[in-house]
Amino acid sequence: MVDAPEGIEGQGFFATSLDKVIGMARANSLWPLPFATSCCGIEFMATMGSNYDLARFGSERLSFSPRQADLLMVMGTIAKKMGPVLKQVYDQMAEPKWVIAVGACASSGGIFDTYSVLQGIDRIIPVDVYVPGCPPRPEQIIEGVMKIQDLARKESLRRRNSDEYKKMLESYNIETQ
Amino acid sequence: MSQLDTNYKDIFVSTETIDGEIATLNLGPTHPATHGVFQNVMKVDGERIISSEPTIGYIHRAFEKLAERRPYNQITPITDRLNYCSSPINNMGWHMTVEKLAGIEVPKKVDYMRVIIMELARIADHLVCNSVIGVDTGALTGFTYIFQEREKIYEMYEEVCGARLTTNIGRIGGLEREFSPVFMEKLKKFLKEFPAKFQEFDNLLTRNRIFMDRVIKAGPISAEKAMSYGFTGPNLRAAGVDYDVRVMNPYSSYEDFDFIIPVGQDGDTYDRFIVRQEEIRQSLGIIQQAIDGMPEGKHYADVPSFYLPPKEEVYRSMEALIYHFKIIMGETPIPVGEVYHAVEGANGELGYYLISDGGRTPYRLHFRRPCFIYYQAYPEMVKGAMLSDAILTMSSMNVIAGELDA
Amino acid sequence: MSMTELNNENVLQVLNETFGEAILHPETQYGMLSVEIPADRNTEIVGCLKDHKDISMGFLTDVCAVHYPEQKGRELAVVYHLHSWTKNFRMRIKCFLPAEKPEITTMTGLYNSANWMERETFDFYGVQFTGHPDLRRILNMDEMDYHPLLKQYALEDETRDDKDDSFFGR
Repeated sequence: MVDAPEGIEGQGFFATSLDKVIGMARANSLWPLPFATSCCGIEFMATMGSNYDLARFGSERLSFSPRQADLLMVMGTIAKKMGPVLKQVYDQMAEPKWVIAVGACASSGGIFDTYSVLQGIDRIIPVDVYVPGCPPRPEQIIEGVMKIQDLARKESLRRRNSDEYKKMLESYNIETQ
Repeated sequence: MSQLDTNYKDIFVSTETIDGEIATLNLGPTHPATHGVFQNVMKVDGERIISSEPTIGYIHRAFEKLAERRPYNQITPITDRLNYCSSPINNMGWHMTVEKLAGIEVPKKVDYMRVIIMELARIADHLVCNSVIGVDTGALTGFTYIFQEREKIYEMYEEVCGARLTTNIGRIGGLEREFSPVFMEKLKKFLKEFPAKFQEFDNLLTRNRIFMDRVIKAGPISAEKAMSYGFTGPNLRAAGVDYDVRVMNPYSSYEDFDFIIPVGQDGDTYDRFIVRQEEIRQSLGIIQQAIDGMPEGKHYADVPSFYLPPKEEVYRSMEALIYHFKIIMGETPIPVGEVYHAVEGANGELGYYLISDGGRTPYRLHFRRPCFIYYQAYPEMVKGAMLSDAILTMSSMNVIAGELDA
Repeated sequence: MSMTELNNENVLQVLNETFGEAILHPETQYGMLSVEIPADRNTEIVGCLKDHKDISMGFLTDVCAVHYPEQKGRELAVVYHLHSWTKNFRMRIKCFLPAEKPEITTMTGLYNSANWMERETFDFYGVQFTGHPDLRRILNMDEMDYHPLLKQYALEDETRDDKDDSFFGR
């Protein structure tokens, strides 16, 4: 169960600020898009299983359609051939969206310092949380999701429209409306 | 087998199309049904597939070029990531290849220990494949039950080597340490409790009317076609050919063990499912035989130039220190030569072709990856089938993206 | 003569009797027979091994290539591994090609499994398989203009500029 945010309580009413409530709602109902390419994908399947159970954190419904997902979990090596596909999936997601890079290959290319592997997905899309490991244990993946929950809970409601955010997206050549 | 061909040909050509149009469907690299990243551009007429063209390479990590840069004992982590659902088999196959090239004879105890670990890996891989066939038909319950059992196998790997998935188990010349008492206890508990849980999973799917109607005659292949396409492993055995590298070219003392090779009839999805189920049971039997018949001996071969000497000796004797230094720096005395060694991976014949020129890294290392070779037959297996059958065929062939692209 | 048991000697004898001086440098490495044949006779010799009623090498296990930049005129070696389903016999066949004109006939007429294996060899080494139904890159990106596994090309991506060599000991 999730604790209620701070506020003034009375008989039949509860007064708090809007961003606290929206932050709480967003953080506890993140719908992930598992972009699982390789070995980290199998550890993700173990995380979704009943032993480690990511569903307790609100990620009950995995969405494979980017239009319906909040959290893009990139798990596994991204080759240069796959880069445009990843960018397209990221572009299709609606704001607010978060990206978590699971594993060493997604964070920085991992042990594959070769001509065909993209050395880290942060070369093409902005990343919020990096989870190192090869593959990371399910507990580490859950900690990564908990950090995203922290970010979602504390995020200001105007952040996605601010100039700083727009400038960051432009530096990745992502078009903003 | 010819009955299967005429079945599809009869229904396929419809002469009464109101508005006949062939649509191009992209079963793209990111899709919930493709377990791994590969793409299929299909031409469909309604729900029937007319032709399909696979594109792979979305996770090409250049293992073969990477292996030319790394010393022999540093290549084991790369072999892990080929078929990552059963990575100990890849590791052991690599160690056996190098031992064949260098002429190292390992004690029988090492063979038996390797057999236990390889069969556990085979069970883990077949469990993933079968539960995923269930998921693709909509039966998610089996998946949740089975992944709980896989956690027990992961715990056993952790006892041996410290890692869950990409294990890097073993060394050239043996294993890094004896099996601890905790491992043996966990293994015996697993052998006692797993068959009952596995039977629950079996009861869910194997004689389930809905499941059988879904998967029988989905994606069949005849034995001659399968042999011509170079199929190996459970996919070939489901088509009726009893070819198993453990029996044809035994390695690691497999000739001491008594097991049967399950064989199917039509090569369709149901046969592949049943063959894998039966292979899990056979693997449990092999592990039991290995525990019962474990010989005495050391867990490594006496080759100090390849296998690290014990740490106490490294601190005291000069030769041990020099061997330790040279092995860690990669200066192992591998002779010039070329060798091809094959092991029975979870998907078929996993081959290593190694050419050495006497240096510290291989001159050429080529992996004969079974997934890559049998995935070529996919367009032919789904020609004329419904789209949902094509999804089932893809998942029942157990295509692991790491092994497809390497 | 009918052979119930195949071993390196009698298969080599059959090959020598049928093809004579085309079979060069036979050797046995770690128990496997390995012969070299001229590149323009590959389908003929492998086809004979496949159709011979006693040998029947019906399984093309592997096709790969090796680059030897020092051997002028014979830089690229295409290596075939064959296996007989019924007699459990393996052997290796090598064909050497010059680097300027690496052309060899395809095996897709004899074995279906050669299709993608030859595409992979083309992708990595640039070996042209004449008669292949669809020879194009399979694992690398289509826009790539060089064949990466040749020895003169580096492993890493040459275009990146953010690696600090002092950290990597270079």
